[in-house]
Amino acid sequence: MSTPAMWCGQSVERVEDAALLTGRGRFIDDLGVKPGTLHAAILRSPHAHARVKAIRADPARQAPGVAAVLTGEDVTKLCASLVVGVKAPIECWPIATDRVRYVGEPVAVVVAASRYVAEDAVDLIEVDYEALPAVVDPLAALDTAQPVLHEGLRGNLASERSFCYGDPEGTFAHAAHRVSVTIRYPRNSCTPMETYGVVAEYDVGEDAYDVLANFMGPFSLHAVMARALKVPGGRFRLRTPPDSGGSFGVKQGVFPYIVLMGVASRATGRPVKWVEDRLEHLAASVSATNRVTVLDAAVDADGRVRALAWDQVEDVGAHIRAPEPATLYRMHGNLTGAYDIRHVSVRNRVVLTNKAPTGLNRGFGGPQVYYALERLMQRIAIELGLDPVEVIRRNLIPSGAFPYKTATGATLDSGDYAKAFENALADGGFAALREKQKEARAQGRVYGIGLTAAVEPSVSNMGYITTVLTPEERRKAGPKNGAQATATVALDPLGGVSVHVASVPQGQGHRTVLAQIVADALGLKPADIRVITEMDTARDAWSIASGNYSSRFAAATGGAAHLAAGKIKAKLARIAGAQLNVAANEVEFADGKARARGNPDNAVAFSRLAAASHWSPGLVPVENQALRETVFWTPPELTPPSANDEINSSLCHAFIFDFCGVEIDRTTCAVRIDKYVTMHDCGRILHPGMVAGQITGGFAHALGAALYEEYAYGPDGSFLTGTFADYLVPTAMEVPNPVILHLETPSPFTPLGTKGVGEGNCMSTPVCIANAVADALGVAEINLPLSPAKIAAHLHGAERTPRKPQAKPVAGKGRTLHGSGQAQAAAPPQAVWAMLLDPKTLAAIIPGCHGVERLSDTHFRAEVTLGVGPVTGRYKADIVLSDLTAPKAVTLTGVVTGALGNGGGTGRITLAATDDGGTTLAYEYDAEVGGKVAAIGGRLLDGAARIVIRQFFAALARHTGGKKPGYLARLFGRGA
Amino acid sequence: MKPPNFDYIRAESVAEAHAALAEYGGEARVIAGGQTLVPMLSMRLARPKVLIDIMHLAELKDIAAKGDALRIGAGVRQAEALASRDVAEKAPLLAAALPWVGHAQTRNRGTLCGSVAHADPSAEIPLVLLALGGSVALSSHRKRRSVSAADFFTGMMSTARADDEMIEAIVLPAKRPDTSTAFQEFGRRHGDFAIVACAAVVSPDGITFAVGGVADKPERRDFPALDGSPLDDAIDAFAWELDAREDLHATAPYRRELVRRMGRATIEEARRCLA
Amino acid sequence: MPRLSAERRHRVRFTLNGSAVEAEAEPRMLLTDFLRHELGMTGTHVGCEHGVCGACTIEINGVPARACLTLAVQADGATIRTVEALAPEPGRLSILQEAFRRHHALQCGFCTAGILMSLDNYLRQRPNPTEENLRVFLGGHLCRCTGYVPILAAAMDAAKRLREVPANA
Repeated sequence: MSTPAMWCGQSVERVEDAALLTGRGRFIDDLGVKPGTLHAAILRSPHAHARVKAIRADPARQAPGVAAVLTGEDVTKLCASLVVGVKAPIECWPIATDRVRYVGEPVAVVVAASRYVAEDAVDLIEVDYEALPAVVDPLAALDTAQPVLHEGLRGNLASERSFCYGDPEGTFAHAAHRVSVTIRYPRNSCTPMETYGVVAEYDVGEDAYDVLANFMGPFSLHAVMARALKVPGGRFRLRTPPDSGGSFGVKQGVFPYIVLMGVASRATGRPVKWVEDRLEHLAASVSATNRVTVLDAAVDADGRVRALAWDQVEDVGAHIRAPEPATLYRMHGNLTGAYDIRHVSVRNRVVLTNKAPTGLNRGFGGPQVYYALERLMQRIAIELGLDPVEVIRRNLIPSGAFPYKTATGATLDSGDYAKAFENALADGGFAALREKQKEARAQGRVYGIGLTAAVEPSVSNMGYITTVLTPEERRKAGPKNGAQATATVALDPLGGVSVHVASVPQGQGHRTVLAQIVADALGLKPADIRVITEMDTARDAWSIASGNYSSRFAAATGGAAHLAAGKIKAKLARIAGAQLNVAANEVEFADGKARARGNPDNAVAFSRLAAASHWSPGLVPVENQALRETVFWTPPELTPPSANDEINSSLCHAFIFDFCGVEIDRTTCAVRIDKYVTMHDCGRILHPGMVAGQITGGFAHALGAALYEEYAYGPDGSFLTGTFADYLVPTAMEVPNPVILHLETPSPFTPLGTKGVGEGNCMSTPVCIANAVADALGVAEINLPLSPAKIAAHLHGAERTPRKPQAKPVAGKGRTLHGSGQAQAAAPPQAVWAMLLDPKTLAAIIPGCHGVERLSDTHFRAEVTLGVGPVTGRYKADIVLSDLTAPKAVTLTGVVTGALGNGGGTGRITLAATDDGGTTLAYEYDAEVGGKVAAIGGRLLDGAARIVIRQFFAALARHTGGKKPGYLARLFGRGA
Repeated sequence: MKPPNFDYIRAESVAEAHAALAEYGGEARVIAGGQTLVPMLSMRLARPKVLIDIMHLAELKDIAAKGDALRIGAGVRQAEALASRDVAEKAPLLAAALPWVGHAQTRNRGTLCGSVAHADPSAEIPLVLLALGGSVALSSHRKRRSVSAADFFTGMMSTARADDEMIEAIVLPAKRPDTSTAFQEFGRRHGDFAIVACAAVVSPDGITFAVGGVADKPERRDFPALDGSPLDDAIDAFAWELDAREDLHATAPYRRELVRRMGRATIEEARRCLA
Repeated sequence: MPRLSAERRHRVRFTLNGSAVEAEAEPRMLLTDFLRHELGMTGTHVGCEHGVCGACTIEINGVPARACLTLAVQADGATIRTVEALAPEPGRLSILQEAFRRHHALQCGFCTAGILMSLDNYLRQRPNPTEENLRVFLGGHLCRCTGYVPILAAAMDAAKRLREVPANA
């Protein structure tokens, strides 16, 4: 070949961009729908855990424009539970049935003429919940005394497996040192800018579903969805739109909604469209797992790590939704990171808690694993008094050891870790950074340096998840493995080339790179190649591994396209050889021609050659007909887990070494990234611009995870980060430019020598920044996100004590609100007491009360409108009086529910006579507020609740002929 | 995430706005820039029956410098105030705070009076209004009145505005030549709600120091011309009095410490400008 | 006094990308939905519907603003520009759009329309921005793909080229 790899390796302009830059993208919500298509809105649970006692949906069903309201009862009649990936007697429905288990879980689907009308009807649905205690903390969830989410399990432990590789026990017994870290890795998500979208249509005549969704794969989930919809795979046609607005793993999680909207379409006999809104997305799409890890190392005196002991407790949320618990097993083969460690023990537990179910997210298991491993490496250096650089250097897998088989079964395909590491230190200016740190510290500034080495796996083995099963269970289920990639290269009658792949990109530029790859193979220009990436399971070649995840594109899909182009080329070479009177192996493809090597004048135009099998098949021997070639490629290296639980969990392993310098502001405790260097060996690079884009993009995600982002839950399971004002995605102000360095060691296992690169910084960067912050602060235990308030606890030190004694602090932990206050009533205690027990008085003094119904002497029900400023909603309040000591004290317990949220609280009121014949009312309360307002307005909530409570007592005092309101307002100003 | 139904009235005179407010009272909301109200509608947190759009009222669009006061009408957008020479000269504290209000893209629509009406405890404009001892010009079909900022903000998103009243303008005293001002803020990200925002007005005889983001409304204290540890003690006492909020983004002790450190720095900054 | 009842759709007219347009909207309809679904201008995207992400940024009366924080009825009589108006002619990109393509300043392209609308306006007001100016200004936009580095590079490059050939702006 005279023109090998001309286009690959160049940062050519992307074919995708012209449309996207001019507003002509074709995202799911940009595509028209069939006339008569209905729109869905979903009623979601405000509770983390509750029994659904009744759903009253008739007013919603009868509302104008509403076609249907589907509850769990309706949905379960038309579909089956989603398959659950562990051997446990539990189900996973796309909608709540008898119980809700997380805030945001679908409870009912309204299908109506427009989204606006559907949301109006959602507001008309009334649900009676019986709140249950929630379990939020993964370690607490292990306690069998805690509330159980799925009764089939008897506890919340869904899976437990222990593994042993080499002789960890013996190695630990004889180790010079044992170093340990405990990590609580938080929840976060990559939150693509485009949310989920589904348009589903059911054909009753054929009992078949046709769904358009911005799903990203893996298409193993096609089988899960088809089974849930109770149709054979061929009757579940899944298509994707041409453009998808980012995914980072997250758009795997649209699949339960595909089932739900399929059912909605079947129930209404009309196409149904649903576009998730951002509030739905944040509360209930998909999250990365949070994980508690205890990691121990057996270490020689010189810092050489001999053994690791992993203990991981993985929190997958309220359901084990496919493909979980994959997050826990994705990294299983490379649990030793970039290091040569031969002895490993692993204990893996998967627990269920009252949080949103987890799923794919960029890095997928890597952030959790490397946070523990690389925090450990820093602790080893500190505890042994060594330089952290030296500890990494001494433990790296040596150059020349590749392919290297890890203790847990992965084959690290290629690399020269030592060289990449040394190059990064030299080219990245590590020595200068150390100097800078010294200088900064001499000036009293808070400056730290962090380091991370990591191995970035890509091209997942579809069998790795079966490591969660015992070898015996695997034998019964049959082996699973491989990573089928597909690509089709076709020639049209005008000699044009098109490429079809099942890679389902969400902005990565697959079309451009495939054009480069195929152009190189056929001696053409990328502009000559038309690449189609929208997918249609009814027409395209695909398999279970299809889709865009585990950074598989460049290695697997790109490789398959290269092979398919090679097959076409081989056939074309034979046809050309016959025409040019040379042997097929003497034909070369260049400059849009097929020509005889050494005699460029003896040539035929590519387009003419390519059209030959269409126009004159008689002249082309059947076996040489070049029309369309499809390649299915799966690497033989990806074998199922062995009987000893060794698993080559991924085909490719890139190497990353990062270091950074951070400075922390002594006043604000904000972390500023002063310098960030990231070295990547991701094998051969096909498009440097896109590789840089993957790195800077992943880096920004990781920076968010390190410093800003957390899906936060209150202790009662209320969701606290329901808007982009509380879930803090970094902006251009927060993300610095990282220095990117490369080494290129091609993978021997992929057709193009490529490896994945898209997820690496999500694995390496969070812990690199944490190591730097830990270095700056001199602390051993540090968990993400590194919020200023968290850092302040270290940096600001103990708070100076107030000069004047302080009232009891008002705000409590999490969502529990504690408060106390006093009010002066003009009437004597007996009169005030009577008022408290009188529905009429209560109706007058409860803020916004529309009437009180007396159920018994001590049980009242009220309808109230509560609110602060413009934020108002109508609620039902259930009030019980207890511990009555007339006329001195009473305990008031209330539960309030409404569209904006729910609250519950207990208050103790005491009455004391005053000298002037009045009463001093003292009150103390604990309240909890959850639901919609907690998720989207938590910042304002405590104050709002306090205002309502204050209003109640102010009104009570006023009702007894207390002082004028202005005075009372001031009086209570410091109370609640 | 779509708004519930409401009627929409495009007022063509202040009297029409008054009439509509008189008719609907608490069921109506005035919409100006809409940068806070529209998302509250979309989230269905707010459910007014009627929206009264006042952005077509030319008489509310002025920034008027009259004597020793600056009057900013309800139709004036934050970006317009930021570009105003009068604001820069007569209310440099406001000019310093405005870049912290949301982002350029929201300041292009959002109004100053809208922010004051909403009374978010972390908002910058109410803080500045309080620090400067400004006032709010309210009007209704019944009467016009002026309420000092200190009396206007009554709590979390709560104000002294009656249901039938609208804010016509805010009025800021013009900067006296013998005073100097400074503004500092810290939020998790630029453009976020303030965790703590500090405003200081210093003169040779004293210090006015105001803090937002900590209590459920902006709060202000006047100190004599203290320095050194007496000043620290005064700020510390104020920090404790603020009854600091705890939330997802900051603990109460952290907020208090920011008040102490950033407060001191803000006062120092104002003093440097005075010198 | 124009009073639009909640129950009915009302005519909304404005100038969109230089042409007079009109369609009907209920008072509550967001301008994003009006542009996208009533007028078919799907280049303006919806990312959060609460004014934080910036994907829906358009130009209203000459300044960048969030379409999702605007009711369609509020836009009656306004002059509006959307991403569809940026290219000088079909098949040709503006200097800013070209710079985005050259610097790989977009990946999925979902946030891009809003960022382009903000920058197009900003570079006309401030032809000589520093990178810091641009970072502050772009703080009103979220992008999850690029990490902002190439967006800043493209914006700086576009600013430079616009200064050189102002006629093509």
